[in-house]
Amino acid sequence: MPSLKELKGRINSVKSTQKITKAKQMVAAAKLRRAQSAAEAARPYASRLTAVMASLAGKVSGSAAPRLLAGTGSDQRNLLVVVNTDKGLCGGLNSNLVKAAKAKARELQAEGKSIEFYLVGKKGRAPLKRDYAKQITGGFDTSTVKTPGFDEAEAIADELMAMFEDGKFDVAHLIYPTFKSALAQEPTVNQLIPVPAPEETIAADAVVDYEPGEEEILEELLPRYVRTQVFGALLEREASEQGASMTAMDNATRNAGELIQKLTIQYNRSRQAAITTELIEIIAGAEAL
Amino acid sequence: MPLHFELVTPAKLVRSEDVHMVVVPGSEGEFGVLEGHAPFMSTIRDGAVQVYASANAAPEVIQVRGGFAEVNEKGLTVLAEHVEG
Repeated sequence: MPSLKELKGRINSVKSTQKITKAKQMVAAAKLRRAQSAAEAARPYASRLTAVMASLAGKVSGSAAPRLLAGTGSDQRNLLVVVNTDKGLCGGLNSNLVKAAKAKARELQAEGKSIEFYLVGKKGRAPLKRDYAKQITGGFDTSTVKTPGFDEAEAIADELMAMFEDGKFDVAHLIYPTFKSALAQEPTVNQLIPVPAPEETIAADAVVDYEPGEEEILEELLPRYVRTQVFGALLEREASEQGASMTAMDNATRNAGELIQKLTIQYNRSRQAAITTELIEIIAGAEAL
Repeated sequence: MPLHFELVTPAKLVRSEDVHMVVVPGSEGEFGVLEGHAPFMSTIRDGAVQVYASANAAPEVIQVRGGFAEVNEKGLTVLAEHVEG
């Protein structure tokens, strides 16, 4: 049985933990709203770009297709681009992402392909390093800016495309969390490079004039498309991080509340027990006289 | 019938409005788009998009960097990576 003083100390420490988790929860809730609206604002651009890509990719195919669309002709060397968060306190979000990345890596290795990692964000580094220390070839630090924007996405995408041009890998997969709701964020694996051909090519009935030519436009378009994909992943990560953080901190606050209640009951019981013992001692002493 | 003009960046939908004419800095020369323009697609160079709200109004100038313009039956859409001002 812990002493009264110990109990009091523990109650106080749990109370201050609760204060921290509650504050973090409220911050996350406020940030979540902003992250969600940012993700929504990015949608028109992405959908337009995809629509234009779909109408163009159908026209330019075969040997005329640029390398970013056609690929290197091999799929031996794979690059896994894992987008993790920079900060913790967001429940199982990062460990789920790492799990998905490792599953994909094992799947590719089982097919006899080589893998490499490119890590965005701080939190995935340590757990992936434990298993794949040699395969981590690069990364991008997004923790230097408050909210990663299009400039960061551009920098990441440009570095990846430069690596692709140098022939460092054949296929790049993008692994990032998709924001479903504050309760659910799903790790998603998407092929980033070569750009997957749109499933349905829109047959344009109108004759469209292209300036300069279709191939030139497509060549300009593909890097933009890759950048938009990375940007989308960053936005999803932001929303997921805040959502997961909010849920995790809500749970933590509730647990702390329960713990405080339990400890308070225990504290009161031992206080009463101490008083009763004292009374018995006094009464027994008085009777003995 | 006015021309429906949309200017979109990765971060947000900057403009979505009905205007008289838009002059776009295409990579092979500037071109003006009026209502009923034939379907057309062009990359754009860094420069100014001029938006004429009505036939006689002074143009509103928007600086854009990197992107392309698409004209279809619904109107003109300019996708730009960066927009200033």
